[in-house]
Amino acid sequence: MNITLNNSQEVIDKETLTVAELLQIKNFTFKLLIIKINDKVVKQQEYANAEIKEGDDVIVLHLISGG
Amino acid sequence: MNFEKIRSILKTKTIGIAGCGGLGSNCAVALARVGIGKLIICDFDIIVESNLNRQYFFYDQIGQKKAHALKENIHRINPAVTIEAHDIKLDPENIIELFSGCDIIVEAFDRADMKKMIIETVLNKMPDLPLVSGIGLSGWGNSNAIQMKQSGDLYICGDGISEATEDNPPLAPRVGIAANMQANTVLEILLGKNI
Repeated sequence: MNITLNNSQEVIDKETLTVAELLQIKNFTFKLLIIKINDKVVKQQEYANAEIKEGDDVIVLHLISGG
Repeated sequence: MNFEKIRSILKTKTIGIAGCGGLGSNCAVALARVGIGKLIICDFDIIVESNLNRQYFFYDQIGQKKAHALKENIHRINPAVTIEAHDIKLDPENIIELFSGCDIIVEAFDRADMKKMIIETVLNKMPDLPLVSGIGLSGWGNSNAIQMKQSGDLYICGDGISEATEDNPPLAPRVGIAANMQANTVLEILLGKNI
């Protein structure tokens, strides 16, 4: 399916996709993340079930220290 | 738009600054210089010598509370700014209490878990309130990697990858770029794009 990931077009070779699967496919192993699908925040406990659909706008933000 | 017009708009605005370290102190000073009406600045920490490599404090302020010392420094630059300084550790409850009257919130924490906490709180509990966050600003060089990226009401300033570590500390020049980019993003939200 085609999605927008962090403002770039991505083709994911799957028919259905959860947030947890996306993190695995993209090898995003960071501990502290903010994930938004179409501008709605997905809670960490929902990663396994939250579905990403064709055309969705997904933001995966990696939080790091420093300020 | 001339500076009188800019100032007449900015003086009606209130900005919340969450954290008065490298990002918060420099961002607040930039906003004060251009004549923002009110700043609500929050930090629970005291100034130590190692902060002075990037934070807008002076050697003779070591040992003082950051929120109060920053208020004093801003008032030496522009006494017309109204400042509410809170010596407080922010959490999901008091963020809503302290910042609900703000036009924009600036996230200026040091720790990643605190950044996550305020981003989640504002996105979930304070809809339509712009949040300008600073993520990835440690080290030196590579100035062009520091960018602003917008996603709805969330604006991220930084390179997104340079984590603060023992061997890659946050330093004045790069932290200053990110902090001033946050202040510049605040102006763009308040004044509109300047093409």
